[in-house]
Amino acid sequence: MTSLPRKSSRQKLGLVIDLDICVGCQACAVNCKEWNTSGHSAPLTDLNPYGKGQDGVWYNRIHSFEAINEETGDSQTINFPKSCLHCEDAPCVTVCPTGASYKREEDGIVLVNGDICIGCKLCSWACPYGAREYDETEGVMKKCTLCVDKIYNQTLSPSSRVPACVSTCPVGARHFGDLGDPHSEISRLVEARQGFALMPEQETAPVNRYLPPRPKQHQKPKDQTPRMLEHKDDSTDGAGLLARWVDKVLSA
Amino acid sequence: MHPAKSVIFFTTGSGAGYGMLVWLAILAIMGYQPADSAYGLVAFGTAFGLVVGGLLSSTFHLGHPERAWRALSQWRSSWLSREGVAAIATFAPTGLYALAWIFLNENHTFSGPIGALGAVMSLVTVYCTSMIYGSLKTIPAWYNVWTQISYQVFALMTGAVLLWFVSVLFAQPEAVTIARLSLFFLALGLVVKVIYWHSIDNAPATSTAGTATGLGHLGKIRLVEAPHSEDNYLLKEMGFKIARKHSAILRKIALALGFVAPFALIVLALYGLPQYQLIIAILAVASGISGIVTERWLFFAEAKHVVTLYYGENSI
Repeated sequence: MTSLPRKSSRQKLGLVIDLDICVGCQACAVNCKEWNTSGHSAPLTDLNPYGKGQDGVWYNRIHSFEAINEETGDSQTINFPKSCLHCEDAPCVTVCPTGASYKREEDGIVLVNGDICIGCKLCSWACPYGAREYDETEGVMKKCTLCVDKIYNQTLSPSSRVPACVSTCPVGARHFGDLGDPHSEISRLVEARQGFALMPEQETAPVNRYLPPRPKQHQKPKDQTPRMLEHKDDSTDGAGLLARWVDKVLSA
Repeated sequence: MHPAKSVIFFTTGSGAGYGMLVWLAILAIMGYQPADSAYGLVAFGTAFGLVVGGLLSSTFHLGHPERAWRALSQWRSSWLSREGVAAIATFAPTGLYALAWIFLNENHTFSGPIGALGAVMSLVTVYCTSMIYGSLKTIPAWYNVWTQISYQVFALMTGAVLLWFVSVLFAQPEAVTIARLSLFFLALGLVVKVIYWHSIDNAPATSTAGTATGLGHLGKIRLVEAPHSEDNYLLKEMGFKIARKHSAILRKIALALGFVAPFALIVLALYGLPQYQLIIAILAVASGISGIVTERWLFFAEAKHVVTLYYGENSI
């Protein structure tokens, strides 16, 4: 059924991505590919991986943007991971003609049933965020599953039951939880840091949130800037007797 | 947007076919069409050929064409599904009407209501086709009322020109009426297309790199580094750019071949050289086809998708 659940899903599982912390190391994208190539929508095929024009299915892509303050000319680089936002009003679900694309009532995860997808690509046209990619080899659409096969996996230790991108992030820039529960740790984090949704004007009601970069520290006045080391240092201040003698001999 | 050949043929071909079915029924009910078997066979054959060919070609770009039947199941939410259902349902009245016309030589008494129903359902199907594109908020060039209007007008326009050609082929006196109808719809089509282009060129931006990243408050947002060095699916499908470089000249070609030339040729056939009207009609159809294909190619290729805001576009 590609109609969206009539009521909001019971839980709204999603990600919160901290743009202040992300260093753009791409580890989340790599671990995503690694887990999911044998997960729910496996495999994530590659086209021409060792030749020219490599292409392939990835659920997670890390862009780098620059924000330029046009008054001061200062710029700031922001690494920007982007994956499916598991929207509440997911247009990718309602446009699907086959019922392959669906949003789960219990936790709000948006998934594709690869067994009935006809590969018409209309869902990728309907998604503003580029979350859906076409698998040329299998002829079906693929997308982030929020690691549905990991987060409920009883054989994993409880601390591992988070999406691969979250467990692998070396700087803790990614958080996972129930954004439908205002008292959850993740919702309080969004509240405290004024987390925002991407392109709210597209009216897709994304579940995922992004945390903005913290304001830049004011630049220190010139006299407080750190001392630069001289390139050439001739002084023997503080050196021992032997060292000063060797210096004297060699400098002669 | 990547202009897939199969989708261009689907929208132009099925549009023209449905346009012919509409005119065949309306003109016959009004008494402007002879219930002639051979004429009916060629006219309905052309119309159904275009519709069936268009629908089949739309399945060619699917990853799994053998599963295409599944696309009929989600008519509650999906315009693509509705289009499929409407197209199949429309075969019933239009097919019956064609049979009555060809085998019973009957096209306006008892078969009239069936023909009228077929005409309405043909227009509904064309509306569903236009809404596949017109319902996508991510593509502002399509998400406006001119998409629906132009699909209806172009279906009626191309259908009229093709039906004129068939009636000239059969040297029918009614060809003059169909020629005048074609002239009216060619002029209307031209106006609609010019308004469409004017409206997409002057539409305010719906999304920007600032809203796409949510970082607009920090200043001007510029892509420093894309996530991948090679084009991925998103850039190949949604980031198609070639058309924009040539869009001004391609628009002129589309207008000249699709609207102005057929109009001038039909005027020539009507008032200048009626003795050569068959050759002129062939030229008009050839020119009209290349013009409408160029127009449809531009409709896809010129349309920008908001996902390109993550790949260097500033506003869409």
